[in-house]
Amino acid sequence: MGQFLSRHRILLPVFSLAVLLAATFYMQPRAMSYFGINLLFNLAVPIALATVAQMMIMMVNDIDLSLGTFVSLVACVTATFLNDSPLLGVLILAALILTYAGMGAVIHALDLPAIVVTLGMSFVWGGLALFVLPSPGGTSPGWLRALMTVKPPLMPMAVVASILIALVTHFLIIRSGIGTVLRGVGGNARSVARAGWSVVRLKALAYGLSGLFGVLSGMALVGLTTSADANIALRYTLLSIAGVILGGGEFIGGKVSPVGAVIGALTLALAASFLSFMRLSPDWQIGAQGAILILVLTARLIFARRENATG
Amino acid sequence: MEKIISRPWSWSWLAAALTFAITSALTDGSGAGALAYAALSFGAFAAIVGLGQMIVITLGPGNVDLSIPAVMTLSGTLALKAMGSEPGTAMLGLGVAVLVGLGTGAANFALIYALRLPPIVATLAASLVYQSIAIWSNRGLRIKPPAGLADFATGRVLGVPNVALVGLALAIVVWIALERSVWGRWLLASGQNLRAARLAGVPVETVRASAYVTVTVLASVAGYLLASFSGGAALNMGQDYLLMSIAVVVIGGTSIAGGLSNVPGVWGAALFMFLVVSMLNSYGAGAGVRMVLTGLIIIGIVIAASTKRARK
Repeated sequence: MGQFLSRHRILLPVFSLAVLLAATFYMQPRAMSYFGINLLFNLAVPIALATVAQMMIMMVNDIDLSLGTFVSLVACVTATFLNDSPLLGVLILAALILTYAGMGAVIHALDLPAIVVTLGMSFVWGGLALFVLPSPGGTSPGWLRALMTVKPPLMPMAVVASILIALVTHFLIIRSGIGTVLRGVGGNARSVARAGWSVVRLKALAYGLSGLFGVLSGMALVGLTTSADANIALRYTLLSIAGVILGGGEFIGGKVSPVGAVIGALTLALAASFLSFMRLSPDWQIGAQGAILILVLTARLIFARRENATG
Repeated sequence: MEKIISRPWSWSWLAAALTFAITSALTDGSGAGALAYAALSFGAFAAIVGLGQMIVITLGPGNVDLSIPAVMTLSGTLALKAMGSEPGTAMLGLGVAVLVGLGTGAANFALIYALRLPPIVATLAASLVYQSIAIWSNRGLRIKPPAGLADFATGRVLGVPNVALVGLALAIVVWIALERSVWGRWLLASGQNLRAARLAGVPVETVRASAYVTVTVLASVAGYLLASFSGGAALNMGQDYLLMSIAVVVIGGTSIAGGLSNVPGVWGAALFMFLVVSMLNSYGAGAGVRMVLTGLIIIGIVIAASTKRARK
């Protein structure tokens, strides 16, 4: 049993999500509809994208403490420049992605601790966001709003988008050649270097991908909320780390699961909806989220035990 | 001189001295005293939580306590509630704060040890619970600290703020514990190589537990002092101290890879972080510019410290 579970780590996030979903439907049967599910997972898409962004960094053994402020900055740029002068907006967003890639290269080349550099960058992104949008406001570009509120047949937008994100990142990270090398950087950077790869470039690529998904997350968020402010996504830093871990990822060793990460993000988004259905006193909402997080992670014990026993 | 420059803590003190000189030059030296006083007062809180974070970071990669802000808020809230503005209850409040520290630290480590959660996730999840307890017990009330305690927290002895003296005393205690006690050797050994330390007979789990309890006790004391200093506990009173605690540890010259701590550097960095903000303020920089420059300065110092390390 233990061995089966440790080989199929993806079962844990799937199981957590299923249990939480069943509990939600039990509490509120009316949520079991196209419209209900759309509401439940409404804010899951930007969280899922941010979680994938964090996963790219954790894949190469680093951690990004600036992601929340970065997504906030992207949201501010999207709600202002991208709406008012699309060309300039696209240029700014591209520059942000390049900065992320550069950050990865510098962290590796100078052997800096990622946790501190990203901590410093979180001040930079936060400051720039205040600069772009000193007070809450801005407008979502019309096409983005339309994209995020589109109503596909059979499944709500949030579900379709999540499946799409999971599939694309799964092929990119797990199935493709470059994805395997990227995970190798997290596993053993030295042997990847010996095999003739430039680790600096690979780290830049991983960070660049993270920047790309961070940008997509900020854009998706503005598409849903229609406006932005400089603090809109601060909690994404912690949410994204929790999402990756919930999805079966590890902090070291290049062990990540894109599908798991997306499911982890959905679980976190659903936990918030579930708690509001429970009519819990608002005082305890945050604490209950923490408790759910601890509960789900406890289930990891079954997996970890087995691995410790064999390794 | 060469020896002093090569010490890792000299960087943060040098940076602090430089920003102090630049800022007080703006006011022709007349505001220098007031600036130093403010830096010592506000730096003390960052230094106290930084000392705790340093002990945990010394344990090695992956060890960091993200529950500091929530613990500060919880201890400030519960301590002020227990004292209820009654005179002569300062020690009761301190006792409550220390108990909060012991309890949260034990809970954090229980999650890390028993559930084998990565410390980042464990302390993060636990902090959500602490925050809820603080919200529930606070309920928007703003209880004033007892007058005597408030006077102490905002007072001074021989021109030095009392909170800075407390911070200094705690720093000396931590320094002695790290440099002159077996526990300190054990902590450094565990941070350098957990496996080797375990094989050498170091009770590594006890050392880790003590580190995670120490950080929350220090955060609780900081929360208690901050609430007394600012005339009451607020639910967001701890939020600045998460990033601040990590920043002062790293700028102070403690290795993020673990196994090397640096007490004087933490104080230097705490003063520096306050002085940078007041320097940018006195140049009339807006909030956005101020944050961007603070971030760039943090990164600049980390790069400077690392290139110096590489040359050695």
